[in-house]
Amino acid sequence: MDSVGNIIVYFVVAIVMVVFSVMAVTSRRILRAATYLLFVLIATGVFYFQLGYQFLGAVQLAVYAGGIMVLFVFSIVLTSKPNDKGTVLDAHRRVLGISAAVAGAVLLGFALFTMPVYTGVSLGQALTGGADIDMHTIGHALMGTEKFQYLLPFEAVSVLLLACIIGGVVVARKR
Amino acid sequence: MDLSILWYLVPAALMFACGVYGFITRKNLIAILISLELMLNAADLNFVVFNRYLFPGQMEGMVFTLFAIAIAAAETALAIAIIINIYRAMGNIDIREITKMKF
Amino acid sequence: MGVTLPILILALPITMFLVLGLGGVKMPRKMAGVLGILGMGTTAVISYWVAFTYFFSGEAAYIVDGVRQQVQMFDVTWLAFTQSLVVKIGFLLDPISAMMLVVITTISFMVHLYSWGYMEHEPGFQRYYAFLSLFSFSMLGLVVATNIFQMYIFWELVGVSSYLLIGFFYKLPSAVSASKKAFIVTRFADLGFLIGILILSFYTDTFNFIDMTNNPQGVLASTGGATFMGASVLTWAMVLIFTGGMGKSAMMPLHIWLPDAMEGPTPVSALIHAATMVVAGVYLVARMFPVYLVVETSLVFVSVIGAITAFYAAVVACTQIDIKRVLAFSTISQIAFMMTSLGVAWPELHDGLGYMASMFHLFTHAMFKALLFLGAGALIHAVHSNNYTAMGGLRKYMPITHWTFLIGCLAIAGIWPFSGFFSKDEMLAAMFAQHWFWGAWMTMVAGLTAFYMFRLYYLIFWWEENPHYKEHKPHDAPWQMSVPLIFLAAVSCVAGFIPFGEFVTWNRAPYHIHIELPVAATSLTVAVLAIVLATVMYAKKNPIPTRLKDMMPGLWMAAHRRFYWDEIYMFVTHKIIFNGICRGIAWFDRHVIDATMDGFAKVAQKTSYAIRGLQSGNIQLYVLWYFAGAVLLAAITWICLL
Repeated sequence: MDSVGNIIVYFVVAIVMVVFSVMAVTSRRILRAATYLLFVLIATGVFYFQLGYQFLGAVQLAVYAGGIMVLFVFSIVLTSKPNDKGTVLDAHRRVLGISAAVAGAVLLGFALFTMPVYTGVSLGQALTGGADIDMHTIGHALMGTEKFQYLLPFEAVSVLLLACIIGGVVVARKR
Repeated sequence: MDLSILWYLVPAALMFACGVYGFITRKNLIAILISLELMLNAADLNFVVFNRYLFPGQMEGMVFTLFAIAIAAAETALAIAIIINIYRAMGNIDIREITKMKF
Repeated sequence: MGVTLPILILALPITMFLVLGLGGVKMPRKMAGVLGILGMGTTAVISYWVAFTYFFSGEAAYIVDGVRQQVQMFDVTWLAFTQSLVVKIGFLLDPISAMMLVVITTISFMVHLYSWGYMEHEPGFQRYYAFLSLFSFSMLGLVVATNIFQMYIFWELVGVSSYLLIGFFYKLPSAVSASKKAFIVTRFADLGFLIGILILSFYTDTFNFIDMTNNPQGVLASTGGATFMGASVLTWAMVLIFTGGMGKSAMMPLHIWLPDAMEGPTPVSALIHAATMVVAGVYLVARMFPVYLVVETSLVFVSVIGAITAFYAAVVACTQIDIKRVLAFSTISQIAFMMTSLGVAWPELHDGLGYMASMFHLFTHAMFKALLFLGAGALIHAVHSNNYTAMGGLRKYMPITHWTFLIGCLAIAGIWPFSGFFSKDEMLAAMFAQHWFWGAWMTMVAGLTAFYMFRLYYLIFWWEENPHYKEHKPHDAPWQMSVPLIFLAAVSCVAGFIPFGEFVTWNRAPYHIHIELPVAATSLTVAVLAIVLATVMYAKKNPIPTRLKDMMPGLWMAAHRRFYWDEIYMFVTHKIIFNGICRGIAWFDRHVIDATMDGFAKVAQKTSYAIRGLQSGNIQLYVLWYFAGAVLLAAITWICLL
């Protein structure tokens, strides 16, 4: 039996997440869509906190909700005209999209509810089952070279980010 | 009432479906990018949830999510650079008009 | 002597070819010419040094108890297909290859020098020198081959360079068709060569010359007495290998390409189609000689082919108008002489004198035939025509050419003390030793040789002055062309006194040459008589030749048309092969093979037109299809798991 607080938080966040997901992809105004996305990202971050991954939640908020959203807003401002509501979606395409989305969701749902999923554990049990993940552990995991340690991908990501910086400059530069 | 693994997976699946819908139907390139982020986010959430419920003693799901976030940041930055470039070249970012690479 | 010099001998010409072939267009003509001449000159000097060291140093590596050794300067693996099928490239130094090194580099150097004057105003001068270098490289590689496969490779390379040089004036249709003819005919013959090589190496398990020639009985034993159509397989192999030699050396019936090859520039004819490449067949037989000795049938075949060809070519040469064609047929005849001489070189007769004589004649013939061709080049250069009808009485206008040409004629006619006398005498002595018939037959051919050469000589330099000279006065060629003429003439005067038997014999032991007086007297008498006859007929303008021609028009015409060999080939290829066989094949090719391929193409085209709508350029649709596929796959997996 999980605590009532957790359940309430869960429901609020889950509802926010689903509703704003739907709104983010249906809103005709692009800036609003970006804002709804922001809410979804924050909601995801809250889930991370709830699941006991404080560091990850912080990263989600800082990088996603903080950094990437700024980029989005910035590019939206750069590329859209005032009062641009966008054109009406054509019905044919919307049918296609809905059927694809529904097919995917149905498939996933069936898979979730019919496959032997490990459902016997509650959040509280899961949280007490694992050791607390502190910054010390995370730092060792990222900087170590042994099993279950990730120095190489970490460095690869750093190179990727560098490449991305250079690529971004080169691509977007004025000629 | 227990918050079992399914409780977290269902909203993620719905978020993913929304992403698919958005990707297929939206015309604005940035909107498409937003849909993409939704799908990515759903996948991230799945990683973390499976990590927490199935292998609570380990942290692989979390680390992969961490990397995924870093890569998503890189990808978004580059995509936005490309979008701005397209906007500069063509005056709009409607995906239906960008078909020059067609056969 | 290390491996440096042998490698240089091969490396210099090919480097020249690459330099001139790749960079020739960018350099001035003079530079290309000087580069080519210098390159060849250096090669010649190195070759002389190598040959000199081999023959005279007396080192134990080269000579043991008076017997000269076969030395592989190097022999490296080039291709290793399997354990036993290994192709090597190497440098074999033995008497004949050392002798050939001298011949090739001398003539090649002379021709390089001569061409500077002769080709001066031709377009593609640099290309010409590049091809000359390529040829020199290929020919040198051929003679120093350590194994029969290397020889085959270079054999094809000389074929290619010959093709390139015959077709040098590629704007002339006749030159193009001549080069094609030469290539196809020799290529056809090389098929026999290749099959021969395969048969031989299949049984002996080696390509190496030394392994084969030092143990010919072993070669015979390795075939295990296998026979094919009544003859032993070794006989077949040697005859097939000889077929390759027949093609290159223009023996009947594969001689048809050589007269046409005269379409190439004259110095090329001197180098390739008189002195070096065409004797490759003789060289091949000489190289494999010990193996030929154990299958006597194939040696008899060699001498019969040689004897027939020698006579045929000599008769045809008497009736040609084009001076280069006369020389071409003369070349065929002389090479056939060498072949016959090789064929009668049994060791039990005169210690295999024929072999030595054949190589000796190869040497002297190379010198005086190159001289004659270069002289012909000077004449053509002066009067701008290949036919003797445009010449006559030239002795006053071109003294150098006249005297050197006369020396060449005397040498080929076999007059003492010119070089041809000595080598021809040895060959005839060898033939008489085999059977009086061979000797008599070839003495007759030698007489014919003297006759047609002096016919040519008188018609060019005596007869009557061509009225055309008043407008365009012929004169001697520039120094670049005269120097080679004088040099080669000098060599032709003295080469006969070389004690050749000390250097080259079939078993590499020294043989002391002695003039066989009866044979020498006979051949000299016949030659002098033939010259006198030619003098009577052609020294001054007179009606005898015409009258003679009218007496037997059929024979004259037949000889003039080379006994219709070309027509026979034309008939066989065009009428029989093209019409009978090729038409069916062409139909099959067009209506079955091509149609199948077209069908495939059409199906692919139709299909792609049908589905090209999918390639809309809209990424969202692509994602949709992708997603649909993913869902489908997941669903299928799921259904299967249930």
